[in-house]
Amino acid sequence: MTIAERIETGETAGGISACPACVAAPSAERLAQMAAGGDARLMLSIPTAHCAACISTVEHALQALPGVRSARVNLTMKRVSVDADPAVDAAPLIEALNGVGYEAHELDAGLLSATETDRQGRDLLMRLGVAFFSMMNVMLLSVAVWSGAGDATRDMFHWISGAIALPTVVFAGQPFFKSAWASLRVGRLGMDVPISLALILASGISLFETIHSGHHAYFDAAVMLAFFLLLGRYLDHRTRAVARSAAEELAALEVPRATVLRDGEELVVPISDLAAGELVRVRPGGRMPVDGVVVEGTSEIDRSLLTGESLPAWAGPNSVVSAGEVNLTGPLMLRVTAAGRDSSLHRMADLVAVAESAKTKYTSLAERAARAYSPLVHLLSFSAFGYWMWATGGDIRFAVNISAAVLIITCPCALGLAVPAVVTAASGKLFRKGLLIKDGTALERLAEVDTVVFDKTGTLTMGAPELTNLGDHPRQATEVALALALASGHPLAQALAQAARAAGLQPAPVTDLREVPGYGIEGQWRDQTVRLGRAGWCGAEGDLGVTATWLCTGDRQPRPFTFTDRLRPGAEAAIAGLRAEGKAIRLISGDTEGAVAALAARLGITDYTSGALPAEKAALLADLTAQGRRVLMVGDGLNDTAALAAAHVSISPASALDAARTASDIVLLGQDMAPIADATRIARQSAARIKENFGISALYNVIAVPLALVGAATPLAAALAMSLSSISVTLNALRLK
Amino acid sequence: MEILTILIPVSLFLGGIGLAAFFWALKRGQFDDPQGDASRILTTEYDDQPKR
Repeated sequence: MTIAERIETGETAGGISACPACVAAPSAERLAQMAAGGDARLMLSIPTAHCAACISTVEHALQALPGVRSARVNLTMKRVSVDADPAVDAAPLIEALNGVGYEAHELDAGLLSATETDRQGRDLLMRLGVAFFSMMNVMLLSVAVWSGAGDATRDMFHWISGAIALPTVVFAGQPFFKSAWASLRVGRLGMDVPISLALILASGISLFETIHSGHHAYFDAAVMLAFFLLLGRYLDHRTRAVARSAAEELAALEVPRATVLRDGEELVVPISDLAAGELVRVRPGGRMPVDGVVVEGTSEIDRSLLTGESLPAWAGPNSVVSAGEVNLTGPLMLRVTAAGRDSSLHRMADLVAVAESAKTKYTSLAERAARAYSPLVHLLSFSAFGYWMWATGGDIRFAVNISAAVLIITCPCALGLAVPAVVTAASGKLFRKGLLIKDGTALERLAEVDTVVFDKTGTLTMGAPELTNLGDHPRQATEVALALALASGHPLAQALAQAARAAGLQPAPVTDLREVPGYGIEGQWRDQTVRLGRAGWCGAEGDLGVTATWLCTGDRQPRPFTFTDRLRPGAEAAIAGLRAEGKAIRLISGDTEGAVAALAARLGITDYTSGALPAEKAALLADLTAQGRRVLMVGDGLNDTAALAAAHVSISPASALDAARTASDIVLLGQDMAPIADATRIARQSAARIKENFGISALYNVIAVPLALVGAATPLAAALAMSLSSISVTLNALRLK
Repeated sequence: MEILTILIPVSLFLGGIGLAAFFWALKRGQFDDPQGDASRILTTEYDDQPKR
């Protein structure tokens, strides 16, 4: 039922009510009904959607789910918004999309900020539309004047132009006036100051000339200026809006609440309310909310996001756990040792803050250009005014005319478009390849990179185990292992079950299945006790040096099932591509020596570090930077966050923790890693294009400014210089391959 | 030249209609997903849930 239908039924009900008081009642009821069945709006990011078929597949898959009212794909933003009952959660939606072959990630329904950026974009687009309309009409009238309309006709045309142009400049120029005023108030000379000055001066002088039947009016130049500059501003806004909406709203993974045991009762409280010494319960699959010591229960915990270790670690009474680790198999009771500000999660955040403050602020090409440009323009314009005042013996009208012409001609139409046009073209290209540029200057910084540092777990690898020796075991043993594995939620068991199922095996009839938290699964098969789990528990001896789970059947020799961390698709291609571009490649991981060495050998990386602590990672980055290297850091875990913040530019996959994604400049939306090599190539190209664009606009100025200075510039010359330079800059940006 | 007194208001009026149409389309969110709209005309099914 749509909202419109609901409102209609409400009104008919209200229409037949007899008393005035009753009229209000149904509408209140209607409101309650709307609130109860209200909009639960979910946003999912679907990075791999790209075609018409994708739209209908995704929408149909979602609409088939119970509770979903409607789903609408936005292909430009690569997301889908779902209207559903409040009870509907994102998890089944994501599962359904994975089922039809699309990756999906939940976006935080921080819709307020999304509408805010939408509103800003629409506002700019509206001003752009008005400027375009005026530009076309004023240009039509100006062409008539340029081609020789005289006397009364010229004056009338000037008046009509003024009537169109002045309101337009007031309306469309507001973004520039506002930011110019803001920068003047803090005593800076931003790019918007000469722009505003040119807009005001051009309109003012034209109005003055029109009143006094002058020959030259610059109304067309004023609106054209507004149009081209708004275009640059809009492109800039759109690039940032797309990035902001997708990257920063990806839902947080950290648990904001914990189950605490107080006076024998279980209470769910915000983490900030926890104090040291309290008892906290963590269920299997949950994330540790605090630092603590296990007092009850055994389990295995996944530390990969915190330390980069790919192997789950055993945890039992007296084991120390840190906030952010994941509890895998059994329920645990923790005694809180540190919560909130003191927890290891927060210490990690402090490390990030330190790394960020140590990083030198990057000055973008546009900023550098503006810094050189603004004073120069003002100086030129004022000296032209001074010179002509002196040369003409105090003819203010003529001198102001010349200085206005100088300002108009030098006004940075092309300069305002030079960067946004290239960045829009480049980030659009990269977005289609699955890379999201979060920061406008990230592309420029990426272009300078000469060293690439990778994290291992979750970045170069998927962070998910894969069975390697299925063929080494007799069919029967594998079937028993499958039956046992199906009873557990442990990642290794799940990987084993998945691989065995894929090989077409059926589970053996194992009975009395029982999971022993922290050790493995036990069952009865043909009157024998069968176990799948840790080596020690199974009676197996020795360490294989790889991730393994053991199967033991009665008294027979235990069998190891070995696993490897699956390589991320495209990782080999990305590394080969980066190496071909002559970049130095390093691998730094918190994982054990063996696992890191094996991966490094597989990818041909000679320069690797294992067992690195988060602070060591950041220190290595700082060290490389001190050697004068420009480092690209690619990582996903909490332990990488400080390193990501310290790097010249950083990339994290969409599966990374919230903190890592926030710290990085670019987010890899898909699973595939191959686009990273493309990204560095496109970044270098776009940096070159930006510089070319600066060159082009400088060239136009070199030709046109002397004309303006000697007083030979007509409104026609100004219009030509402005439009030609803007168009050539835009075309140059589109050459990006 | 008298024709100008008619033609100029006419041209401004027509341009104004275009501007109004642009505002209308903008308010209705027709520029929110240009890529999706370009693809949607290729599907054979009727789009019975156009964006409100």
